[in-house]
Amino acid sequence: MYVEMKNIYKKYGDFLASDNVSFGVEKGKLVALLGPSGSGKTTLLRMIAGLETPNSGDIYIDGKRVNDIPAAKRGIGFVFQNYALFRYMTVYDNIAFGLELQKMPKKEIKKRVTELLEMTGLSGMEKRYPNQLSGGQRQRVAFARALAPKPQVLLLDEPFAAIDAKVRTELRTWLKEMVEKLGITSIFVTHDQDEAVEVADEIIITNHGTIEQMGTPLEIYKTPDTPFVAQFIGHSSVVEEYDRLKGFERIENADRAVIRPEFIKISKSGNLNRYMSAAEEGVVTDVVFRGNRMDVTVNINGIEVVGERSLEKDLIEVGETVHVLIYRLYIFDDHKTYLMENGEMQEEDVFYI
Amino acid sequence: MSEQQKMEKSKKRTKICLITITVAFLVLMLVVPLVSVLASSLREGFGFYIQAITTEYVRSALKVTILATVIAVLINTFFGICAAWLLTRFSFKGKQVLATLIDIPFSISPVIVGLAYLMTFGRLGWFYPVIRAFNQFFGTNIRITFAIPGVVLATVFVTFPYVSREIIPVLNAEGKDEEEAAALMGAGGFTIFRKITLPQMKWSLIYGIILCTARALGEFGAVNALSKTRGETFTLPLEIDALYMSGTETSITAAFAVSSILVIIALIILFARNFIEHRYKNKN
Amino acid sequence: MDDTVKNMAKSKNTRVIPGYHLTLGIVVTMLSVIVLIPLASVFMYSIRISPREFLELITKENVRNAFVTSIGSSFLAAVFNTVFGLIVAWTLVKYEFPGKWLLDGLIELPFALPTAVAGITLSKLYSDSGFFGKALAKAGIHVAYTQTGIVIALIFVGLPFVIRAVQPVLEKMDGQYEEAAFMLGASPKKTFFKVILPELRPALLTGFGLAFARGIGEYGSVIYISGNSAKNHTQVVSYVIMQKLSYIDYASATAIALVMLVISFVLLLFVNIVQMKQSQRTNLL
Repeated sequence: MYVEMKNIYKKYGDFLASDNVSFGVEKGKLVALLGPSGSGKTTLLRMIAGLETPNSGDIYIDGKRVNDIPAAKRGIGFVFQNYALFRYMTVYDNIAFGLELQKMPKKEIKKRVTELLEMTGLSGMEKRYPNQLSGGQRQRVAFARALAPKPQVLLLDEPFAAIDAKVRTELRTWLKEMVEKLGITSIFVTHDQDEAVEVADEIIITNHGTIEQMGTPLEIYKTPDTPFVAQFIGHSSVVEEYDRLKGFERIENADRAVIRPEFIKISKSGNLNRYMSAAEEGVVTDVVFRGNRMDVTVNINGIEVVGERSLEKDLIEVGETVHVLIYRLYIFDDHKTYLMENGEMQEEDVFYI
Repeated sequence: MSEQQKMEKSKKRTKICLITITVAFLVLMLVVPLVSVLASSLREGFGFYIQAITTEYVRSALKVTILATVIAVLINTFFGICAAWLLTRFSFKGKQVLATLIDIPFSISPVIVGLAYLMTFGRLGWFYPVIRAFNQFFGTNIRITFAIPGVVLATVFVTFPYVSREIIPVLNAEGKDEEEAAALMGAGGFTIFRKITLPQMKWSLIYGIILCTARALGEFGAVNALSKTRGETFTLPLEIDALYMSGTETSITAAFAVSSILVIIALIILFARNFIEHRYKNKN
Repeated sequence: MDDTVKNMAKSKNTRVIPGYHLTLGIVVTMLSVIVLIPLASVFMYSIRISPREFLELITKENVRNAFVTSIGSSFLAAVFNTVFGLIVAWTLVKYEFPGKWLLDGLIELPFALPTAVAGITLSKLYSDSGFFGKALAKAGIHVAYTQTGIVIALIFVGLPFVIRAVQPVLEKMDGQYEEAAFMLGASPKKTFFKVILPELRPALLTGFGLAFARGIGEYGSVIYISGNSAKNHTQVVSYVIMQKLSYIDYASATAIALVMLVISFVLLLFVNIVQMKQSQRTNLL
């Protein structure tokens, strides 16, 4: 492991921001710390950087314990949430700042800054001040500034939060390519699951100061370890009395199920020609247009589930009675996650789904 | 007349009414006194005016005033920067209490400041034996109360929070991200201050210094309690008081002549204040 | 787990930005030497006075009268400044008129002008031979050397507080509130009292509190116009303290000063609470 945290505790007054957190990041990987606000993800990032000190636990970078090494000597590049660009310095001076502190000769500084400006597509902007740049340009300056002293690790705190939606997607791709090209170990904090899934090689999901799960986006999506992860990733419905649904049996100690939209097929009454025995009947309570699809909420005997429906299909209206086929769902007990298939559906028929 | 027109008319009436009240109030309360000082100062002619502001007493008072003001501004600028750095860049226990304590001089009558220094450094003060022992040992004759050091100290006290109060809100609003970023890159305290913090607070610092200067120049109550010798430890406001209190027509005119110096400085300060505010607003 | 708890207590927080201990040391030292120790001396001295003697000293007739005069005049002046301050701030924010920039720039004159200069100027203007005094004397009104004179001087020194507290709030309101209320059919009067005034209340209270506190401790601008007669109740508290000081009656001076300190702390607390509540409210929005 290149960056490693072991048994980290961090308290702010009575608030436990990190509760026995351990994880490792491999060299060259781009990792996302994903979680809702207040889950302790930014605290973890700041502790790696040395901006905060853990109450106990060890932090290793490249095999060396860095707890007692001051922030500036840890070889870290940090991109702040609002970039923290020095507003009274030009773009050039911002990027050169770290190099000047290292007493690098002027000529070399110039070379390095020019190189970074080219790499980030900011050539020609070196004389501008931060307030004369767009949000995306500012992020690139922050990125270049963090990379200038050639750090071993790049940390980014909500790097896309301050940018408008349109530019954000573009920058995500740009950042991913840039980090891959440089091969620098990078960790970024985000609360946006789409962002994490799209950009990161691996995702660490945090909640209430603990780590819920760590894995590749696909692993996390397919085999969530905890109900929290299952709900947090994707737009899922949570069902407690899942055994009331056709084809599902209760498992002892597991009293919650999560159903993803893609586990559900919603058909207009009478349009379903297979698995009638496995399908439920329900009343549509809500239909929301999502741009490329409809989100349909159906009430099945008091259990609400949400499914997606393509715009190509016939429109469904609120109050309409529909057939709902639930293929499978996740069930959780204290230790394990089970993927349970609908027992009413004949196994050989799965082919038709 | 339509409802709309009626409304417009009533609005206009309110407007004229309010403007009249405002102009009348401000002219009576501010403009007339201002003009009257300047007019009174020239009552006995320009020759008398020049004579009045160049007497031995006035020159001595001007020297003491400038000395006290310069020292107060230097000390309080240094303090203000330290306090602002401490209160806006770190969080620690008792921060709020410290901030409140720093603001104490704002809410204290200047006369009490004079009293407090008398109680500390005067003959009855607990610090007096220390000064006496020091004087005996070194053969010096240092005095604090009824001497220049007391005047300077009182001036420092009353202007104590002026600089810090102006820069703290600005530094709070700017946040400490930039300093953290610089520290993360390995910048030392002085580099961070010079390259990042100082440019951020430049205008508010200048404004704080201006306010501090204004208050220091004009301090009266505290200094009045600590200074008794005209021509030696008197500041300009005390000299004005002495001239005015002697009660003759010419000495009162002389008091206004000396006042006019301070009025002109006050006007310059107001101009600078407005200039800085204008610049600051334009920038944001 | 025990180990963890122990470690938690042991580990200290590193501060990334340098200078914490240095500035803390400087600030606490300077604050103590210049402000806290001298003020503590006043408290130390007053402890030596027995409670009975203390009570006697501060309830002497002239002292009592001085407190009544100081508090009463400051209160009146602060009320006056609150009403007129609101009008002035409103006019300066909402309307355009020739010479506005000049008046706006002059608002802080009372802060910039030395109090002694303000004092002698007002005293001269309102004396029976002065610019205002002459006209008023004809109408049988005497201002200089009366309590009215004290109130006028305190209006002068407290004038900027309310205006400067209200102005920024009004500027931020930018007409949206009024328009919203107007669209709902509220009359201008109702809009003002139900919508705008509550919005301005914290600023008005802050300005009032500051002007009031300033007035109670005021010395330089008051003593020339007040006449300082015990008989006519025109002595203010600051004057009485100064008088006791020149008689070397330190016990009385200290006792009176202590009461004044308590009053100004209470006022400061009041202003702080108002401001804290306000910031809480804006944080919620």
